[in-house]
Amino acid sequence: MDKLLLLGDEAIAQGAIDAGLSGVFAYPGTPSTEITEYIQDSKEAHQKSIRSNWACNEKTAMEAALGMSYAGKRAMFCCKHVGINMAADPFLNSSITGANGGLIYVAADDPSMHSSQDEQDSRFYGDFAFLPILEPSSQQEAYDMVHYGFDMSEKFGLPVLMRITTRMAHSRAAVVRKSSSREQNKMKIPEDRNQFILLPVNARRQYKELLAKQDGLRKASEDSVFNQYIDADNKKMGIIACGIAYNYLMENFSGSKCPYPVLKLSQYPVPESLVEKMYNECESILVLEEGQPLIERLLRGLLNKGKKIMGRLDDRLERTGELSPNMVGKALQLNIAEGLDVPSFVAPRPPKLCDGCPHIDSFLALNEAIEPYGKGKVLSDIGCYTLAALPPYNAIYSTVDMGASITMAKGAAEAGLNPAVGVIGDSTFTHSGMTGLLDCCVDNVPITIMILDNDITGMTGSQKSSATGRIESICKGIGVDEAHIRVITPLKKNHQENVDIIKQELAYQGVSVIIPRRECLVWAAKKRKMAKNNQN
Amino acid sequence: MKIDIILCGVGGMGALSSAAIISQAALDMGMYMKQSETHGMSQRGGDVQSHLRLSDQPIASDLIPQGQCDIILSVEPMEALRYLPFLNKESGWIISNENPFVNIPNYPDMDLILAEFKKIKNHILFDADKIAKENNNAKGTNMVVLGAASKYLGIDLDKLENAVKESFGKKGEDIVNANINALRAGRAVADSI
Repeated sequence: MDKLLLLGDEAIAQGAIDAGLSGVFAYPGTPSTEITEYIQDSKEAHQKSIRSNWACNEKTAMEAALGMSYAGKRAMFCCKHVGINMAADPFLNSSITGANGGLIYVAADDPSMHSSQDEQDSRFYGDFAFLPILEPSSQQEAYDMVHYGFDMSEKFGLPVLMRITTRMAHSRAAVVRKSSSREQNKMKIPEDRNQFILLPVNARRQYKELLAKQDGLRKASEDSVFNQYIDADNKKMGIIACGIAYNYLMENFSGSKCPYPVLKLSQYPVPESLVEKMYNECESILVLEEGQPLIERLLRGLLNKGKKIMGRLDDRLERTGELSPNMVGKALQLNIAEGLDVPSFVAPRPPKLCDGCPHIDSFLALNEAIEPYGKGKVLSDIGCYTLAALPPYNAIYSTVDMGASITMAKGAAEAGLNPAVGVIGDSTFTHSGMTGLLDCCVDNVPITIMILDNDITGMTGSQKSSATGRIESICKGIGVDEAHIRVITPLKKNHQENVDIIKQELAYQGVSVIIPRRECLVWAAKKRKMAKNNQN
Repeated sequence: MKIDIILCGVGGMGALSSAAIISQAALDMGMYMKQSETHGMSQRGGDVQSHLRLSDQPIASDLIPQGQCDIILSVEPMEALRYLPFLNKESGWIISNENPFVNIPNYPDMDLILAEFKKIKNHILFDADKIAKENNNAKGTNMVVLGAASKYLGIDLDKLENAVKESFGKKGEDIVNANINALRAGRAVADSI
């Protein structure tokens, strides 16, 4: 029996390799990145020719995964929660097409926003799209659920959403591997040639078919090994514990049994008969959800006139943020151990740009060049350079979603902001910046775009960037005048020269692109290490 | 047997490597373990932490409940204090390097930090950087602290040494030996108290 020590992310990856995966499709995003990286680094995956290169963005990734499923093979798509927003179009429409080869979408949510700009709960997307959802409570379940999920996907002919959260993604535990791994599917195009043609006439029929599948999905939830009704004598309260919330619940009764009936819930749609049993037998229900209150809201209903339902919508649990054993203990009104207070002098230590980071030189030059125009002219994006919002740089005024620097700067320019600057990283540019730049060129807006090219996707830990070696030709192809595509090297010794170039482009009343280009230091160190290891 | 450990420091100081080594040793001993850690943005010079739980029984939560942590193992003194709400007030230990890593303008006065350590019943605060350097392993502060903590971990030193061999084996014998020496030097500090 092969026992591995794996992060939740890695357990999913190994599970997929063992379950006959033919390809993983993803764009890096914390806390999902390690799933794809594990497959990229796996010798076994190489031997099996499992494709695993990074995609430009989540939409292209999900569509390619859907294409692989169309061709009959098992495919997996992975992203962080906000990646599903990017891929929402194929996500929702693929519930209407359904799957051919097994298809799993993994969304890694980030409650408490450790590395994110919101804490949206991907289960709502699954519910919205009428798709089955798997939410593992342990690394072992995460591993097992991938096999189960692919089988389920092929049985029902639907994509399956697997939802994890930060603690599951980035927590390690022993995982027992299956003794044999499944062969990959042979290529096989769909039997029904209309399945993937969403003309209204087909889509109307298939939408009804999707709705007709819901009873079967609910039955599968009720019978699932991942959902358990654990009865107990004290019926004053029943507890529904979703995903890893079950662990926090049981931590409070370590070594003994929970005195209340518990529904451990890891597969959706919600198993109605199990919930109904709890509702009928218990005086009240406590709902523990790692994320937003999905089930709690369903149970309360609009008027909340039934039995008492407790959770995030009353004062039992905090309304936002991830759960913890203590939060759950308090919700159970147990006497929980208290630790010491954090001394008041302990200062926060926020993340910051690394010493010597090329972005520092880029922002120092930009700050000086734009100073005469006053504040509020620089719109930015998602990446390490977002840290330039903090002192001592205070250089940027927005960070909303991937690519929004260029398009928000465009809208602001059209409102009269001049100069209007968009600052975006190389990988974010090919993720979602290119189409916005085309809008700028079509409308010939006076705008200065800085594409900070550090040769890598930096913030998520050095993943290959689709932009590498292509930025100037992309900008030229989109229609930026070659004379206003300026490449600079962000170094202290070039500071004055760089300030001058930025000033010239800020004054230009058309679309200009400045590309500060210097390698990420973390990436450079990794490359040196890899070269050294290859020598040995 | 059950032991809950928080390993902490600043991104890049090796707190997570120490966690990986203890985990490997625990796995070799057939113990149950769960280890949760910080990835992503906060690693850029920010505070990093790992919750590591070992037991001979299955473990429920990936996170350690407050007031129940047995050992805080830190490569930086202020960072050790950040996790005091987790420490078991009666029986918990703090093992920490005493040298501050100052990358923020409002780093507190060291006297305040030292006074706070004095209030904690069980602690070892020592110059792990110096011991690492004396062993020609300037980057081995984390291993020195781990060595000192090994006395209270309930894991034999040789098990940790094996885990170091497994973890660093690819990097060659010199690196393995340097880290094992750092571990032993740290342990000697704890034994001499």
